[in-house]
Amino acid sequence: MEITTRALWTLVHGMGFGALYLLACSGALVELCRRYAPSTQATITPGDERFLRVYLTTMAVLAWLAVLTGAYIVYPWYRAAAPAAATNLAAFPQLLLKSSPATRGWHSIGMEWKEHVAWLAPISITMAAAVQARYGRSLRDHPQLRAAVLGFTLVSFLAAGVAGFFGAMLDKTAPIEGGHTIHIVNGERP
Amino acid sequence: MSEHPTNTPVESGEMPNGSGAAAILAAGIGSFMVALFAIAADSSSFLKSLLNLYKPTGPLSGVTTAAILVWLVTWAVLEVRWRKRTIALARINAVALLLLGLSLLLTFPPIAEFF
Repeated sequence: MEITTRALWTLVHGMGFGALYLLACSGALVELCRRYAPSTQATITPGDERFLRVYLTTMAVLAWLAVLTGAYIVYPWYRAAAPAAATNLAAFPQLLLKSSPATRGWHSIGMEWKEHVAWLAPISITMAAAVQARYGRSLRDHPQLRAAVLGFTLVSFLAAGVAGFFGAMLDKTAPIEGGHTIHIVNGERP
Repeated sequence: MSEHPTNTPVESGEMPNGSGAAAILAAGIGSFMVALFAIAADSSSFLKSLLNLYKPTGPLSGVTTAAILVWLVTWAVLEVRWRKRTIALARINAVALLLLGLSLLLTFPPIAEFF
C-alpha cells in the first residue's frame, strides 16, 4: 500500500481539514440553536461557554488550514502547465479535464466555483468565533447577534459543502498524483 | 453604511452590540469582496496580472489576499467606531446576509459570466 506525496497533501486538505470542518459544522449549529436560543431555560455554565469558544476557534483554524493548503499547496499541482510535447496529461489535472467535453464542466464550473466559494467558510466562521468569544453566554440576550452567527455558520457549512463535493468529484475524475511515493505497509503475498 | 446608535446609555452590565455588528458587517463585506475581485480578475487582463501575487496559484492568490485585507481593515475600522455603541442590528444583519448570499451566487461561474 503506497501513496504519493501529492495525493497525501490532497488527502490532508480534503479529508483532514475540509471533512473535519464539515462534520464540526453540524455540532456548532446544534449548540447555537439549542443552548443559545432565547426561549431555552437551560443554564449556560462557564464550562459550556468555554467549550463553544474552543469549538468555534478550532473550526476557524480548520477552515483556514483547508483553504490555505488548498490554494497554496494542492491547487498549484492542479493547474500546472504541461510541456509543449506532453501527450499524457495525467499529471496535469486541469488540462486533462479541459481536454474532453465530457469532463470540461468539472473544471469550468466545479473548480472555478470551489476555488472561490470555499473562502466564505473561514471568513464566516472566524466572525462566528469572534462574536461568541466576545459575548459568550450573553449571546442569548442578543437574539439578532445570535441569528447572524447562525446564518453565517449555516452559509459556511453550505460553502464548505460545495467545495468538498467538487473537491471529491474533481479528485475522482482527475486525481492529483506525483511526487515521492510513500510506502505505508506491505500487503500479503497472493 | 449609516449607523444608528441609541441615545440611551447602556445599562450597567449590559454589553453593547457594536462589536458584534462590526464583525458581522465586515464578514459580509469580506465575503462579497471575494466574489467581486474574482469577477474583476476574470474580466480584466490588467487586474488578472495585478492579482497574480503568487505565480503557482495564479490570480486566486491576489483575489483572496485582497478580499481578506478589505475584510480585516473594515472589521478593525468598524470595531473602533462601534465597540461602545448599540447599533440597530436588524439592518446590519440584513445587509450582511444579503452580501453573503450575493457572494454565494456571484462566485457560481454561470452567474459570474454575466459580468
